Amino acid sequence: MNINFTLVSQAIAFSVFIWFTIKFVWPHLLRAIEERQKQIADGLAAGERGKKELELASQRSLEVLKEAKQRASEIVIQAEKRAADIVEEAKANARVEGDKILAGAKAEIQHEVFGAREALRQQVASLAVQGATKILRREVNPKVHADLLSSIEAELK
Amino acid sequence: MASDAELTPTSYIQHHLTNMTVSLGDSPFWVLHVDTLVMSLILGVLSLGFMWMVVRKATTGVPSKKQAFVEILIEFVDGQVKNSFHGNRHKFVAPAALTIFVWVLMLNTMDLLPIDIMAWIYTNIFGLHNWRSVPTTDVNTTFALALSIWLLTIYFGIQVKGMGGWIAELFCSPFGKNPLLWPLNLLFNLIEYISKPLSHSLRLFGNIYAGEIIFLLLGMWAATGVAGTVFGAVLGLGWAIFHILIVTLQAFIFMMLTVVYLSMAHESH
Repeated sequence: MNINFTLVSQAIAFSVFIWFTIKFVWPHLLRAIEERQKQIADGLAAGERGKKELELASQRSLEVLKEAKQRASEIVIQAEKRAADIVEEAKANARVEGDKILAGAKAEIQHEVFGAREALRQQVASLAVQGATKILRREVNPKVHADLLSSIEAELK
Repeated sequence: MASDAELTPTSYIQHHLTNMTVSLGDSPFWVLHVDTLVMSLILGVLSLGFMWMVVRKATTGVPSKKQAFVEILIEFVDGQVKNSFHGNRHKFVAPAALTIFVWVLMLNTMDLLPIDIMAWIYTNIFGLHNWRSVPTTDVNTTFALALSIWLLTIYFGIQVKGMGGWIAELFCSPFGKNPLLWPLNLLFNLIEYISKPLSHSLRLFGNIYAGEIIFLLLGMWAATGVAGTVFGAVLGLGWAIFHILIVTLQAFIFMMLTVVYLSMAHESH
């Protein structure tokens, strides 16, 4: 327990160590710690903001979805109406076209009938002439009755 | 120690409690305890140097394990200072508290080194006789710390309150401004100013010195034979484990008292 010059030397060492800590150790790490604290606080705030934005976005998406559904149903109704219209129109067209075809067919049949009747008539005339010729060959001199025969033939035509 | 002619308990203890001295002058004051000074310088440079190396590479991102350790230390000290000191603590008080805590803890921890083995190493490897490992068992160290703090409290007291305010406080607190109370106030303040550094330094010195003495007493069991040596070793282990607590606690108390004294100097009564 003897006080001596060691005390002074230790006090000097002590003050130098304190100076060293104040100058080199404390501020460096304090700055790092404070900066990190700020970063963490910023990160937390950003997270909070993101959460809020997500909430808003999901609300907005719900609204958009509702609107889209409504529009889709409207479009479907319109499309159904349009389809019905198209079917109606097609039916009408088909009916007109059918009538037209029917009329054409009828006309053609008429024409055929006329043709057939004409041909029939000629064949009947020639057959009649042939028959008459065969009958008359025996009794009628073709030379004598030529003008009569040709007039009959002309009439039959 | 086996070479010593008369090995008695007293000579054993006294041998371990003798500092290595260098005389600088004629009077008994001009003596330097080389072991105390060198050990405390080495420990201070090691611990503060370690912190400096870590802190120089400090990142604001994910800290390394070393940085996390130093951060825990600094935040622990900073938290303690924040609770008792209201002012700009980063300018002086908090770094000073950190220095004191780390340094005193390192000095105290040397007490856990086994005394006789260390003495053998100092004697046979470094050729140093009478080399003591624990600077805080030297009253010069603890007084140096406590008196430095004491001077700082006076300095900060005058800086904050002004010379007039500081002297006025010597006479007017704690009992009042009445001139009749001036002598009583002054007496009270003088006692406070004297007792502060005394209790501050002697508390640390006494605890660590007593711890060392108990280690020495337990070491003397080795003189009674093999069974005694084992018994002494077991007791020494128990005391060492308990001493870890004392060593840390005393460093912490020393730091806290420093912070309290410095805060008191900054505040008016």
